[in-house]
Amino acid sequence: MMNLFKSLFAPQRNSASVAKERLKIVLAHERAGRDAPDFLPKLQKELIDVVGRYVEIRDDMIRVNLGKNLGKAGDTSLLEINIEIDGAKRRSVSGIAGGASIGGAKA
Amino acid sequence: MAKVVVITSGKGGVGKTTSSAAFAAGLALRGHRTVVIDFDVGLRNLDLIMGCERRVVFDFINVINGDANLNQALIKDKRNDNLYVFPTSQTRDKDALKREGVERVLEELRQQFDYIVCDSPAGIEHGAVTALYFADAAIIVTNPEVSSVRDSDRIIGILASRSRRAERNEAPVELNLLLTRYDSGRVSRGEMMTVEDVQEILSIPLLGVIPESESVLRASNTGTPVTFDTESPAGRAYHDAVARFLGETREMRFVKPERRNFLRVLFGKA
Repeated sequence: MMNLFKSLFAPQRNSASVAKERLKIVLAHERAGRDAPDFLPKLQKELIDVVGRYVEIRDDMIRVNLGKNLGKAGDTSLLEINIEIDGAKRRSVSGIAGGASIGGAKA
Repeated sequence: MAKVVVITSGKGGVGKTTSSAAFAAGLALRGHRTVVIDFDVGLRNLDLIMGCERRVVFDFINVINGDANLNQALIKDKRNDNLYVFPTSQTRDKDALKREGVERVLEELRQQFDYIVCDSPAGIEHGAVTALYFADAAIIVTNPEVSSVRDSDRIIGILASRSRRAERNEAPVELNLLLTRYDSGRVSRGEMMTVEDVQEILSIPLLGVIPESESVLRASNTGTPVTFDTESPAGRAYHDAVARFLGETREMRFVKPERRNFLRVLFGKA
């Protein structure tokens, strides 16, 4: 009985504002991906391969973004790579296939 | 200097052809020499909306292919001397609209007309991209509804990146929002997004708001651009939009729900 009363008299969230919110979210996402060049997914995959040789890393720990940087000299493109390695386990040296290393080589 | 105006939307069924016909007729009624071109190859309909379907002999593709010249294909409107219709072909060959051919025809039209209104097909395929490629200005026809707004956003992105102006690094295509099928009653009840909502999301200048109106179907039934019906709310709203397009300032009408006039209700006049 109470439910019936509620459904009859409770103000419903108006559907127009739901539409607006949903659109804002989906378009923010789509606009971000729109100008991205085709090579970004491949770049992201290769970065995961390379970084993965040193630390254990999941796909979602690397974010590659191409953004605009509004500087004094006008628009410049900014390639932003975020790699989250906090808490990632270091791979043991023996686990590194091919033995690539950075900055460790002595002349 | 002639101006190429594309009427586009991404989504189908939002009122591109109705708006193309109304807008072109509105420009012609103000004394501008105007041609309206159907870019929807294979799905010709502008001729019906303009009421000249029985006068089509040659079409856009015939002219592009050199099988007819421009003046053989252009149909002069019987109601207004400034208005011409350029029908498209019913061919199923989707690639018949060759960009070089379209460019040549548009250049020729620029010599004769003040405004070249391009009625784009729906979608983001070849036909739609060809229709917007040469545009100087675009009118984005949008309904206050989620899928239409999303598709408009997509088309705005394509105008900004794939038009000739974008490719040549020229001044960008001038963008205008035309909100159609607006029902101020439903808006006031919270059942439909407001003009401000849609404008905030798309963030392009608002050219006009066309109210949902019985006169639009009546106009298409009889093959009369709705701007010839200066009594109807939709006709008046299109005239306002044309005036704004030409740089005039006009107050936005039909945005607030009309007070129901007792006599009108009594006599059932919409």
